[in-house]
Amino acid sequence: MPSQAAAPASSAVRFDAVGLRYGADSPEVLRDVGFTLPAGSFHFLTGASGAGKSSLLRLIYMGAAPSRGSVSVFGQDTTRITPADRTSLRRRMGMVFHDFRLVDHMTAFDNAALPLRVAGQKPKTYMEDVQELLTWVGLGARTGAYPPSLSAGEKQRLAIARAVVGRPWLILADEPTGAVDDDMAVRILRLFVELNRLGATVLIATHDRELVGRSGMPSLHLERGRLSEGAL
Amino acid sequence: MSAYRPGPLLPAREGRDIALFAVVAILCFLAVFGAMAAAAADRAAAGWSRSMAAEATVQVNPRPDESGDQAAARAAEVLAGVPGVAESEALSRAEAERLLRPWLGEAILPDLPLPHLVVVRLDEAQPAAPEMLSRALAEAGLDARVDDHSVWRADVGRAALTAKAAAIGLALLAALAAGASVVFASRAALQARQEMVEVLSLTGAADRFIANLFQSRFAWLAAVAGAAGGLAACALLAALVLGGGDRGLTPALPFDWSDIILAAPAPVLAAGLAALAARLTVRRLLHVAYRTETRG
Repeated sequence: MPSQAAAPASSAVRFDAVGLRYGADSPEVLRDVGFTLPAGSFHFLTGASGAGKSSLLRLIYMGAAPSRGSVSVFGQDTTRITPADRTSLRRRMGMVFHDFRLVDHMTAFDNAALPLRVAGQKPKTYMEDVQELLTWVGLGARTGAYPPSLSAGEKQRLAIARAVVGRPWLILADEPTGAVDDDMAVRILRLFVELNRLGATVLIATHDRELVGRSGMPSLHLERGRLSEGAL
Repeated sequence: MSAYRPGPLLPAREGRDIALFAVVAILCFLAVFGAMAAAAADRAAAGWSRSMAAEATVQVNPRPDESGDQAAARAAEVLAGVPGVAESEALSRAEAERLLRPWLGEAILPDLPLPHLVVVRLDEAQPAAPEMLSRALAEAGLDARVDDHSVWRADVGRAALTAKAAAIGLALLAALAAGASVVFASRAALQARQEMVEVLSLTGAADRFIANLFQSRFAWLAAVAGAAGGLAACALLAALVLGGGDRGLTPALPFDWSDIILAAPAPVLAAGLAALAARLTVRRLLHVAYRTETRG
C-alpha cells in the first residue's frame, strides 16, 4: 500500500471552475465546480440522482474531458497529459463503477486480477493476494464463476475487489454499497476506511445519507451540477 | 491455484468474427483468382504472338507456262533453302478447301478460284526476315507476296492486351474491395467491442497494450481468412489445370501450376491491413472520443 509520503502531490484531486457538457449543444451537467481533495483524505460525494456525481467521477478517472476549467489528479492536469501519463495515473486509481463493468467472458478471479495483469505482473506474483481478497469479499468459493452467473451483490463485491487489488492511491466508487446488504455495506465501508488509513485517498459517490452519517466522514454535495454551499 | 493460467483477455470466438472471416475470405479468393486469370491471359497473349511470329504465308502467282501447284511447289523449294526457315510447305488445293469448308460450305468450293499458298515455318531462335523471303523468291523468278502476319499479330496483340488489362483490373478491384472490407469490418468489429476497450483502459492497460491485443486478434483472423480464400483459388486453379489443358476447360486461358504463387501474398496483405485498421481504430476510440466529445 502506498504511503502518504510516496504520493507526488499534496492534493490528490483538484477541480478549478470545471464545466462539463456531453456535446456542444447539450446543457452543462457540471457547472463551475471547484474543490480540492487532499492526498489521504476520505470524502463522500452526495446528491440526488442526476445531480452529476457519476460525471464528476468520470472527469477524475479521465473517462471524459472537462468542457471548461481544469481537473488535476496528483498534480497533473488531465487535459494536458500524454496517453502514457494517463495510463500511469489510472494505475494509481481504483474505480468501482455504478454498472460494475465486469468482463463477461472472464472468471471472477481473472476480473479481479485484471488491473495487475494489464500492468504486466505475472500470475505467480498476485495469485495469493487475489484469492485472499476474493475470500475477504465473500467470493472465495466463486473464483471460477463468470459474471453473468453472479448476483448483483456478488458483482458489486467483485467490482470492489478489482478496484482495490492494485492497492491504489486514489479510490473512486460510484454507489459501492447499492446492491449489497447492510452487513456487507458496513464491511465494504470498513475496507475503504482501512485503505484510507494506509494512505489511499477515497471518494465515494452515494445517495445513502444514512451511510454518510454513520461514517462521520466529510462530504461534497452536488445539486443540479453545482457544489452546494458549505462543500469543500 | 498452482496450475492457474489466466484466461484470454478477448473472447476466444464470437459470432461476428465469422462474418468478418467470410467476407475477407471471399474477397481474397476473388482477388487471387483474378490475378491468376491475369497471368493466364498474359501467357495466352504471349503464346498467340509467338505462334504467329513463327509463321509466314506466301501467296504465289503462277507464270502463264506453269500451274499454280507447280509455282507453289517451286516457291516452297526456294524458301526451304533460306536461312532462318525451318520448314516450308506448299498448300495443296485439297488442303486449302479443307481449311475453307467450315466457313464457305461444300457447294461453291469446287468452282471457287483459290490462291496458291505456301506455309513457311520459321526458325524460332533466328527467324528469317520477310524481306529475305521476298528477295529469295524474286531471285528465283517467282511472282509472290509474303505475309508475315504482322497486321493480324498486331490485332491479336491488342485483343490480348485488352484481355490482360481487364483481368488485372478485376484483380486489382477485388484486391481493393478485399482491403476495404478488411478495414471496415475490423473497425466495425472493434467498435462493437468499445466497452472492452474502455474497461481495459480504465483498469490501467496502456494504449499500446490494447492496440497490440486487438491488432493481433484481427491480423490473425484476416490472415487465416486470406489463406482460406487463397487456398480456394488454388483449388479452382487445380481443377481447371487438371480437368482442362489445351482442349479442355481453359483453351483460351492457359492456367499453370506456377500461378499458385500468386496466392501467397493474400494472407500477408489481409493481415497487414487488418492490423493497421485495428491499431488506428483503437487509437481513435481511446483518444479522439475523449478529446472531442465533451469539449463544447
